[in-house]
Amino acid sequence: MTTTTGDRRIVIEPVTRVEGHGKVSILLDEDNKVKQARLHIVEFRGFERFIQGRLLWEVPVLVQRLCGICPVSHHLAAAKALDRIVGADKLTPTAEKMRLLMHHGQFLQSHALHFFHLCSPDLLFGFDADVAMRNVIGVAAAHRDLAVQGVMMRKFGQEIIKATAGKKIHGTGAIPGGINKNLSIAERDGFLKDIGQMMTWARGVVDIARGYTIDNLATLADFGSLDSNYLSLAAADGSYEIYDGGLRATTCDGEIIFDHVDNQLYDQYLNEEVRPWSYMKFPFIKSLGPEHGWYRVGPLARVNNADRFTTPEAEQARQEFAAVTDGKPCHVTMGYHWARMIELLHSVECIQQLLNDTDLQGTDLVVNGERRAEGVGIIEAPRGTLFHHYKVDEKDQVTMANLIVSTTSNNEPMNRSVQKVAEDHLSGRMEITEGMLNHIEVAIRAYDPCLSCATHAMGQMPLTIELYDHEGTRIDERVRG
Amino acid sequence: MTGAARMLALCYGNPGRLDDGLGPAFGAALERENLAGVTVDVDYQLTVEDAMTAAAHDVVLFVDAAITGAEPFFLHQVTPRASLGFSSHGAEPEQILALAAELTGSAPQGYALGIRGYEFDEFGELLSTGAVENLAAALQFMVPMILCHDLRHSLRVAAMVPGCRPGRQTAQAAEG
Repeated sequence: MTTTTGDRRIVIEPVTRVEGHGKVSILLDEDNKVKQARLHIVEFRGFERFIQGRLLWEVPVLVQRLCGICPVSHHLAAAKALDRIVGADKLTPTAEKMRLLMHHGQFLQSHALHFFHLCSPDLLFGFDADVAMRNVIGVAAAHRDLAVQGVMMRKFGQEIIKATAGKKIHGTGAIPGGINKNLSIAERDGFLKDIGQMMTWARGVVDIARGYTIDNLATLADFGSLDSNYLSLAAADGSYEIYDGGLRATTCDGEIIFDHVDNQLYDQYLNEEVRPWSYMKFPFIKSLGPEHGWYRVGPLARVNNADRFTTPEAEQARQEFAAVTDGKPCHVTMGYHWARMIELLHSVECIQQLLNDTDLQGTDLVVNGERRAEGVGIIEAPRGTLFHHYKVDEKDQVTMANLIVSTTSNNEPMNRSVQKVAEDHLSGRMEITEGMLNHIEVAIRAYDPCLSCATHAMGQMPLTIELYDHEGTRIDERVRG
Repeated sequence: MTGAARMLALCYGNPGRLDDGLGPAFGAALERENLAGVTVDVDYQLTVEDAMTAAAHDVVLFVDAAITGAEPFFLHQVTPRASLGFSSHGAEPEQILALAAELTGSAPQGYALGIRGYEFDEFGELLSTGAVENLAAALQFMVPMILCHDLRHSLRVAAMVPGCRPGRQTAQAAEG
């Protein structure tokens, strides 16, 4: 794809269409100052065609092909949409709680992976540290216990998923109208044996994220930060919610834009803009329009939007988080890390509560009701609000599918953060240094973009940064391989 | 490497993304062979906990689809290397070995088998014709090597297979 605007010529090469690959293109002006910086992360394509004609019962399994890190999120969002279609407006307590347990297992494993794999090197060593140390191996060398904790927390979450979904990948646990298994006593006891350790470790990572953010606030406050709107689910009483609830959008001042929005009506409140230089769409809040209606999703949005957490330790952590900005929304992009760890703590608390709930051993697993031809399922995936929307015909075959994944919602903010970092750290230079590359990566890492349906074939470079002069001539390129 | 070595085949990729499913397809075929002393693990992508599994073996064979490189497949040795990406969606074999070494004090020998694929850009559960042929060639070559647990020898042989004309990585590996 090529688009020409004035003297600018941005090219999205065919190779960038392979998911799992990101590209940043930076255009300088005549004074070698950053005029424009764009992040290209390609959204999945062809899913609608792939799923058309499939039986609705297959959908919760098929959609797990979309992502190897968050298959459970797609699994549950699809199941929720199909609950609506089969008329299951209220699941049995066992089904509801098994899904919640699966969902919190997913949050735990995904957030632990992000913290250990991506975030901890930046937090522990600083993002100006020597690249030889600033990586997961450096963390393992300098903080062996922490590294082991990261791996074990992720493993615990994966085991929860396996016990609730049937398998670590391509689970079948959630089905339209309910769930296909409960939690055995033996499985429960196995998890209870380790949950105390998980709590201790979760508290520890919250402390690290909080300490880092507060100690470095002066530096972080302006690093890729944005005064943005925020979108998330929220419970009817305004508390933090990741599985059910209505849509809540707030302004950068914390004012409500809309609240308690019925999931089925999401498309009356949100729209998506197509831009010629990107294959990924740009969602926005309809009432504010594309220029002002962009918003952020994910941990920062959820913690900002929540009036409270329903578990005591996460609520305490949220209050400490909110106190930094005097109760106003936190716009510090690097605050995503702290918010993410508060969520991790909450998920461990919820897992502990659920494991002690005998409803998980119930045998009433599925309900049905009056069938509908259309359904929307919205959940909070670890990276943000996830929308699944399906229509089916009378033969139970899918005729329409529309998905908005978290990273699509964060597309505009990620671009803005990259632009800001580029302006602050690259202007006036004609080459891309290691430090510049890392500053941009740090900003992207905060959002942890989901490389939907990522392919990771050998020979693929994860991230490329290209620098163009004011005439659109590429003057430098740096590849992170 | 002796016949007593414990070998792990980590086969990864997304079977819903056309030729990205080459790794899992190789893993499924290898599982059917039911080779003694060989553990097969299939996943979407490598993640940090694979380091712990890897550390429990003497030899790890990473199997993935390849977008570029020699046809029908290439094989090269993998050595531990630290790196930091921008996304949690995937780790590299070198990273897994480095992490295994750091966390457990020892890293297994690592080899990467890249099977050339051609179509990655859409959803679909079928491999392309070329990928199917390459998969068959990879299995035909690798299964006997895995059976005798001699991947170091297989590097030397791979470098001499006409259809597997060494790419740069293969040549490097053969030297190693």
